[in-house]
Formats: sequence, structure tokens, C-alpha cells
Amino acid sequence: MTTRYIGKPLKRKEDPRLIQGISHYVDDLNLAGMHYAAFLRSPHAHANIRSVDLSKARHASGVVLALSGADIDGAIQPVPCAAQIPDMKSAARPVLARDRVRFVGEAVAVVVASDRYAARDALDLIEVDYEPLTPIVNPEKAIAKGATPLHAGHKDNVAFKWELEGGDLKAAFKSADKVIRQRLVNQRLIPVPIETRGVIADYQPGEGQLTVWSATQIPHLLRTQIASMLNFPETLVRVVAPEVGGGFGSKLNVYPEEALVAYLAIQLGKPVKWSESRRENFQATIHGRDQIDDVEVAVKRDGSILGLRCHVIADLGAYYQLLTPLIPTLTGLMMTGCYKIPAARMEITGVFTNKMATDAYRGAGRPEATYLIERVMDLVAAELKKDPVEVRRKNFPQPNDFPYATPTGLIYDSGDYEKALDMALKVADYKKLRQEQAKLRKEGRYMGIGVSTYVEICGMGPSSAMPAGGWESATVRVEPTGRVSVMTGSSPHGQGQETTFAQMGADVLGIDPSQFQVVHGDTSIVPYGIGTFGSRATAVGGTAVYKSLLKVKEKLAHIAAHLVGSDPERMVFADGKISAKESPKKSVAFGQAVSAAYVAKTLPADMEPGLEATTFFEPSNFTYPFGTHICVVEIDREIGDVKLVRYVAVDDCGNVLNPLLVEGQVQGGIVQSVGQALFEEAVYDEQGQLITGELMDYALPHASDLCWIETARTVTPTPVNPLGVKGVGEAGTIGATPALAGAVADALAPFGVHHVDMPFKREKIWQLMRKSSGRVQ
Amino acid sequence: MIPASFEYHAPKTLDEALRLVERHGDEAKLLAGGHSLLPLMKLRLAAPRYVIDIGHLRGMSYIREENGQIAIGALTTHSEIEHSELLAAKCPLLPQTAAQIGDVQVRNRGTIGGSLAHADPGGDYPAAILALDAEIIAANTSGTRTIPARDFFVDMLTTQLHPGEILTQIRIAPRPPQSGTAYEKLHQPASGFAIVGVAANVLLGNGRKAIERAAIGITGLAAKAFRAEAVERALNGKTISDKVIEDASRNAAQGVEPLSDLHASGEYRREMARVFTRRAIARAIEAARGVSRGGV
Ligand SMILES: Cc1cc2nc3c(=O)[nH]c(=O)nc-3n(C[C@H](O)[C@H](O)[C@H](O)COP(=O)(O)OP(=O)(O)OC[C@H]3O[C@@H](n4cnc5c(N)ncnc54)[C@H](O)[C@@H]3O)c2cc1C
Repeated sequence: MTTRYIGKPLKRKEDPRLIQGISHYVDDLNLAGMHYAAFLRSPHAHANIRSVDLSKARHASGVVLALSGADIDGAIQPVPCAAQIPDMKSAARPVLARDRVRFVGEAVAVVVASDRYAARDALDLIEVDYEPLTPIVNPEKAIAKGATPLHAGHKDNVAFKWELEGGDLKAAFKSADKVIRQRLVNQRLIPVPIETRGVIADYQPGEGQLTVWSATQIPHLLRTQIASMLNFPETLVRVVAPEVGGGFGSKLNVYPEEALVAYLAIQLGKPVKWSESRRENFQATIHGRDQIDDVEVAVKRDGSILGLRCHVIADLGAYYQLLTPLIPTLTGLMMTGCYKIPAARMEITGVFTNKMATDAYRGAGRPEATYLIERVMDLVAAELKKDPVEVRRKNFPQPNDFPYATPTGLIYDSGDYEKALDMALKVADYKKLRQEQAKLRKEGRYMGIGVSTYVEICGMGPSSAMPAGGWESATVRVEPTGRVSVMTGSSPHGQGQETTFAQMGADVLGIDPSQFQVVHGDTSIVPYGIGTFGSRATAVGGTAVYKSLLKVKEKLAHIAAHLVGSDPERMVFADGKISAKESPKKSVAFGQAVSAAYVAKTLPADMEPGLEATTFFEPSNFTYPFGTHICVVEIDREIGDVKLVRYVAVDDCGNVLNPLLVEGQVQGGIVQSVGQALFEEAVYDEQGQLITGELMDYALPHASDLCWIETARTVTPTPVNPLGVKGVGEAGTIGATPALAGAVADALAPFGVHHVDMPFKREKIWQLMRKSSGRVQ
Repeated sequence: MIPASFEYHAPKTLDEALRLVERHGDEAKLLAGGHSLLPLMKLRLAAPRYVIDIGHLRGMSYIREENGQIAIGALTTHSEIEHSELLAAKCPLLPQTAAQIGDVQVRNRGTIGGSLAHADPGGDYPAAILALDAEIIAANTSGTRTIPARDFFVDMLTTQLHPGEILTQIRIAPRPPQSGTAYEKLHQPASGFAIVGVAANVLLGNGRKAIERAAIGITGLAAKAFRAEAVERALNGKTISDKVIEDASRNAAQGVEPLSDLHASGEYRREMARVFTRRAIARAIEAARGVSRGGV
């Protein structure tokens, strides 16, 4: 195959329609006779519901239906949790609270009206009699003796305990020259996609057909779950994910509103729409991170790491969402990072608190792991007075160590960590940076340099390690006109596979990328698939597409060979023609061969007509992208402001289909990390009120907060799939926070500071410098 | 995020608007750029019965010279002020302040009249208006009155404006020679509002070696923007030196109760008032000495 398009920076096919605002998100869709749902949400973090009085709301003008938890009792199953951990306690989220509310924003009642204004106004007419209970907000207090359990039938607020151990930990700590301990807090974050969630449901009673449009990353899984939650035949449910304006994992879920809006449409026989407000999105769409990690590391004086032990308190919130308990376990699996650490142990305590559930947020458990191990490497370097680069280099597995088995039970597919590190050091001119830092320190200026060498786990993944299938589907159908439809089970929502899959198809079939239409997100058109998350859409979904392309190509080769009188093995696909190697005269136009497949008069004997192939691809392993990020900051001594001065990112995601899109993912991922490092934090007060409940208080990074991000790449293909691609959707976010944290700690080193918890808000940094200003070194 | 229902009026003339606000009193809210009012209404923290949209009034958006003063219409947007050549030449403090408000979208819609009338404790213009000793013109059905900036801000979200009054114009004396101004702001990272914002306006004397008169307006620090008189007293008549500026800046928070919230404690705000006062004074002096034109 000649690669004319693969590896080229083609512009995204998706962008013109998105930029012009002429494509359709859920809220842009309107059906005749559509009604609107609005949810009444709990203002209390923890309260018993004594009664819900809907009588006034039911009589309000425009209102056609108003329901409380009691009204739908038994009719809709609670939110499913696909993740199973041995002995985990149940904490299923009801679609509407029945007797008790457990977080601010939990839905208590729903109103449907003829327009969205009437629906919203009617909420003010609902009277709920709450009996407030003491909110349990702090996860450590939640599991302290005597804390009241959130859920009836539980004896405490421990959701589960999970442990993992590999290697001889005792021996490691016994033979250590030093043991370093640190508590690291990975704060709670809010995903904030530009498009909030939204659902439209339409029920046709005659046909019995239920159609649900939802801003989701997993249309097929959602279809199955809606069918189960409503006890409705799955064959009659169609789920459509139209344009989806970002998700970052927050739409990799099943939410009460998705089942409930479908239920309302069935009850009313009318289409029903619900559009989430930003405030609802903050309160009632999943949050991310929220771990307290107590880590201990055993080291030799020369910097070799012997063992790592960590206890994680994972604040799960009040209920499980789809993958809630699974996320912190990924931190456990990846805790040793890109280092050869012979022994490791992870204990996780999952804890219930009166907050929204945590779940997968860009990186999902792996940013926490990288943060943990990379902060450890910096602390080791500081303790041993070594350069953080050297401590890292010392502990890398070497290229010939791959496939490399970690003590946590993973097999890293391929890697050359030193190569990426060296490239980053070169791009950043690390030596010169250190000299500059020394010079500035003398002038009383505080510059810091942070280094993060990361590896992450993605391309999810073999089914044995996944809660709901680790494969992906693809159908390639060459239509009679020669245009090609590619149906993918992935559900792109910003990643750009309409472009990359077309590039791949163009090279395989020797035609132009414009001939391809990548279709996704409609369960009635696309074969059952898993969806887009865990940086899997190219590595797994793309491979399924590739295999289907090869099947179609093979069939076309047979047809063409038959037409020109040659051997299928000798047929070459290029420039819209299929030709025999031996003679340019033995050639047919691509369209001619396609046409033969449909007209079916000149096919080889025993060949079925039609030109379509489907593949369900399951990889044998995860993929493990890696890289090195170097960050330079300067801290304003007087105000504590952290300014980004330089950022260098060298990422290795294996082979690259489209460098422009890889660049975009890396840059975006890093910026999301800048958000966590400098600004973002979901803050609940002692009453369990979300006080960063809107964008006026929850700070996201702005363009003006950034510096230019200098990117470069090494290429280490994976053996796990034939494309050699790894995945890059989360790598930026996974690699970047420790570089930022390392830079800030490094800048503050003259103040005797070695670790600061994120976010690095100005006042926090200012206080640290002030407290120790007497002893600036 | 849907406001409670309200009756909407879009008067075409100021007289019509004045009659409407008189009739509906405190049940009515004026709508200018909407960038403070609409967020409150969407969260149902404000639920006015009548919304009187003054955005359609003609002749309320201008920047011009009138009788030796600069007159700015209440409906002039932040971005019009930011890009005004007249202001850049005669009152650079205002464009410099406007440029630091929120983001482009906010600056394209928000108006100076709305910002002053709203009197958000973190709003930027109040500091500049105070430092410039501006005059604020308010009208009702029986006429107009002039309110000195110093008297205008009463408390958090409260001004001298009475129900039934519309702020129509802001008047400012042009910058005298040998004077310089600067606005230094520490922004709240989410909203952009000022955690502390300091506007300095200095007039130099004695061959530009001394400060003849200083006017310092501070916003963000307290419930309302105020003139830092203790800082001004410590500067007036003094020969310029780093120490004079530093010492004067220490008085920035004198006598005020600093706000404390999620984004900054009172203690931090107080300290930042000192830092930003010093920076603003130093830059205003530079501007007066012609090192850089108004710091813009
Ligand atoms: C995201 C965001 C960020 C922002 N960041 C900043 C910032 O950094 N700095 C800053 O200073 N501001 C900021 N703002 C506020 C912005 O500047 C507003 O535009 C301004 O505060 C109000 O002006 P407006 O024209 O939008 O007024 P409106 O919202 O229309 O009205 C505000 C109030 O003033 C009253 N009012 C309006 N005009 C008049 C008048 N002529 N006479 C009498 N009463 C009147 C209204 O009745 C209402 O009560 C921000 C706003 C947003 C949404």
C-alpha cells in the first residue's frame, strides 16, 4: 500500500460545518409537537424527603405531566454500574430520588410542558418537604468511626477496598537506604464540555419504535441500557448521537435523564426534549479525579527505586455511575509509571460522600497515577539532591525489555523512554534552562523547571480487562456509485475520525479521501459497537475499519482480476484504478469493478454479489503511549502568580495517521492539565453546596494563561494492532500535570518547599512563600 | 437558566424610557448590555416584573468633547471606550481600564452606564471613574442632576441613583500636561472581575520630580470602590522615590473592611491592594514623565 494520505496533515472534514454552526447538536433538533422536560433538583446535600406535592405544578399552564420518584417507582431501573469490584457495596442511583437525597442537584421531580419556559416555571410550584440530615462531605470524615452511613443497610461509608501487590515489597523496604513519604491530593474536577448534555425521545406507538437522541459517547451501550432500564425491547430502540460537543468522559455514561425522558415520551406519546443547563451540568454530570494518595517509596542512595506503596482514598460521591468504582483501580495498575520498580502495592478505599459521583474524566485514573509516580520521582531527586532527569533515566526499562511486565500485572507493549526524554531535553535545551534558573535566583526571581516522563494505558482494550467489551466494530460498504460508507462503532465527538478513517480508506483502496463518508453514532445504521473513550477509537475502531477495508479490497481484487484476466494477488489499487502489476493495459476503473459487484453479471463463479465487509476487532493487549514533557514557570514573588514560560512536549503515540489531529489532541490535553494545575477545583462547602457551581467561579484556562506549546514526536509503533497506532486522546492530560507541578515545586525550592497540592492558586503560593520568606535559601 | 417571566419594553426615546421607569418604580429593571442583569435573571436571583430595554435609545452611545470636557454616553460599550482615539489622547486611563474587562464578548456588549449603575464590587470602571473625579449625569422625568464620582458608590451593588432615574452620561476633565495614569488589576481567573484593581492618576510638579496631586481609586478590595485618601495624602507634595511610593501604598487598605471569598481572603486582598497600588502609582508616574504614553 502506498501511503499518499496516511501520515499527512489533512484538515478536518468535520470543521467547516462545525465552524459555520450549520450542523446539529441535540438542542438544535426540533420535532413536531415536541414537549420539554425540566427537573427539580435537591438544594440539600443530604435530606430525607417527607413529601413531594406536585398538585400546583400539574395545574400550571402548559404542563402536561409532573412526576416524583414515587410516581415511577419500579417503572425505571436505577442507573447501571458496569464496573464490578469484589465485595463492593451497592449504591445505585435512582432516576428520581424517592425517600432521600444524597447530593445537591439530585433530581427529585420532573415536569413536562408545552414549552421550556412553562416547564421551568412549574418547578417553582413544586413543594418538597425535606428533613435535612448532616451532610458528609470530607471523605476522611466519612470513613471515620461513628460517621452515619449514607445508604440504608450499610454499616459505614466504605464502598469497597481494592488491593493489588506485586514483587517482594517487604524486601524492598528492608533494603532501602531511604524511605520517602508524601500525601498527594488530586482534586475533584468538573469536565465542562462546551455542549452540556441533552436528550430528545420520540415514541411511535403504532410501530412501537422508540428513538432517543442523546449527547453521548456510547450510543450502543446506551441503547442496551435504556432498553434494560425501561424493560423495553432493545430491537425497537434506536439511539442517535448527533454532533456531540465534547465529552471528556462525562458522556461515557448512562444518566437518569436519558431513561426518564424516554419514559416520558412513551407515557405521553409525544416527543420530549431536555437540555441541560450549565448549572445542572456542574451539579449532576459526573466529576473527575478526587483522590487522596498516601505514598511511600523505598530508594537506594544511587536513585534506584526499589518499591512503592500507596493508599488511595477515592471520593466516589453518593452513588455509582457507569464506571465509578473502576477509575481509581486504573491508578493502581499504572502506579509504577515508566519505571522498572520491582515491587509495588496499592490499596484503595472507595468512599461515599454527599457529592456528585466521580467517573471517567479525560485520562480516568491514569493522570492520577502519573501524578503520583512523577511527584515521587521529584521528591526522590530532591531528597537525594540529584537532578530529576537523572533519577528518571536511571529507572527506565530499556527498549529490549519490551514487552515489559510490571509488578502490577500489565504488559507494556513497546517503548523507548530514553529517546523521548533526550529529544525533550534537546528541544528545551535543559542545561541552559538550569543555568538561567541559577542566574535568575540570584536576582530574586523564581523560575522552576518541571519534567514528567510518562507512560499511559489506552487503546482499550482486551475484553478480559473491560467491563463491557473491549472490541470495536466497523462496516465498510462500497456503494454502487463507487462512494464508500464507513460505519464505525466508535462515536467521535471532536476527535476527527471522519477525516482519519477516510485517509486510511483512500490509501487502502487507491481512491480519493473525498469518496468516503464515515458514519457513526446511529444504532440503526452502524453495527453494534462500544464507543469512544480511553483513547481507543483509532487503535481499536480504526483497526476494525482497516480490516474491513482489506476484506473489501480483496473482493475487489478478485473481481478486477477476473475482469482483466489476471491474478488477484497481482492487482494494484492506485489513482482510482485497479491494475495488474504485469501490464498497465490490464486495468479497470475502481467504479467499474464496484459496479460489477452490484450488477452481478460478470462476477467470478461462486462469488456473492455486493461489496460490504464487517469486522469486530479485539486487540490482544492495551497500548502504552509515552513521552516527556518539560515545563518552565516563573512565580511572581509578590502575588504568587504562576506564569507559564515554556512548555515542551515530546509524545510517542506510535504511528500517526494525521499529525495535525495528533497535535490538536496533545495541545488540548496539555491545556486541560494546565486547568487542573493552576485553576480548577470543584469545591463543596461543609454543607455540601457546590460553591464553584458556575463558570463565573470555576476557572478554566484561557488562551492568555498559556504559553506556546512546543511539540515533537518519537515514533515507536505498537505490535498490538496492524496499524501500529497507540492513541493520543488523553496522553497530553496524563503527561502534563506532573510537569507543571514539578515546575512549581522547583520554583519554590529556595523557600524550602518540595511539594504543593494543586491547584496552584495565587494565594496558596503566596502564603507558602510568605511563611518561609525568613529562610529563603 | 431560564429567567422568570417579565414584561418587556423597548422605548425609542429617553423620555419614553424615563416615563416607563417612573411608572414601574422598583418593579422595573433597565436593560443595557445585559451582561450583569441577564446572568442574575437566569439564575432567578433577580426577577423584575418589567424589563425596560434601553439598548434601542438613539444618541446615548458617544464619546465627544463638550465645553472643554469629555462626555461619554451611558450606552457606550467597553470596546468602544477601549478603542477610542479621543480617549487614548485625552483620557488614556479609561481605554486602559476597559481593555481589562472580561473578554471580547463582554466588552462588545457591556456598557459603561450599566457597569457603573450595577456597582459590582469587582467592576473595573469604578476605580478609574473615582481616580478621574468624573461626574455622573442622571436623568428623571423632571430633569437631570450631576453626581460626583466620589459620592456615587454607596455600597455593594448600590449607588446614588434613585428608582426612576437613568444614568445618561459620564463627564471627565481631559488629562492636564505633566499628569499620568495607570490601571493595575489582579483578575479573578474565572470571571475576569477585579480581585483588586487600582487606578492611579498623578499630576507631577517641580520639574516632574515631585507629585503635586495624586488620586487613587481602588476596586475589588471592599464592598464598594473608594478613593484611597491615606495613600493620596502620603504622596501629595512629596519628591518621588521608590520609598515614598512603597510607604504610601501601605495605606491602600486603611480603614476598609476587605472582602473575603472563594477566590481571595481578606488578608490576601489587603496585601494585593498594597502591591497593585504601588505598581499603579509607579506606572502612572512613568506615564506622566512620558516614558510610555499612559501606559496603553
Ligand atoms: C463573563 C463576564 C465577565 C465579566 N468580567 C468583568 C470584568 O472583568 N470587569 C468588569 O468591570 N465587569 C465585568 N463584567 C460585567 C460587565 O462589564 C457588564 O457589562 C457590566 O457590569 C454591566 O453593563 P451592562 O451594560 O451589561 O448592564 P446590564 O447588565 O444591562 O445592567 C446592569 C444593571 O445596571 C442597570 N443599568 C444599566 N444601564 C443603566 C443606566 N443607563 N442607568 C441606570 N441603570 C442602568 C440595570 O438595570 C441593571 O441593574 C463581566 C460580565 C460577564 C458576563
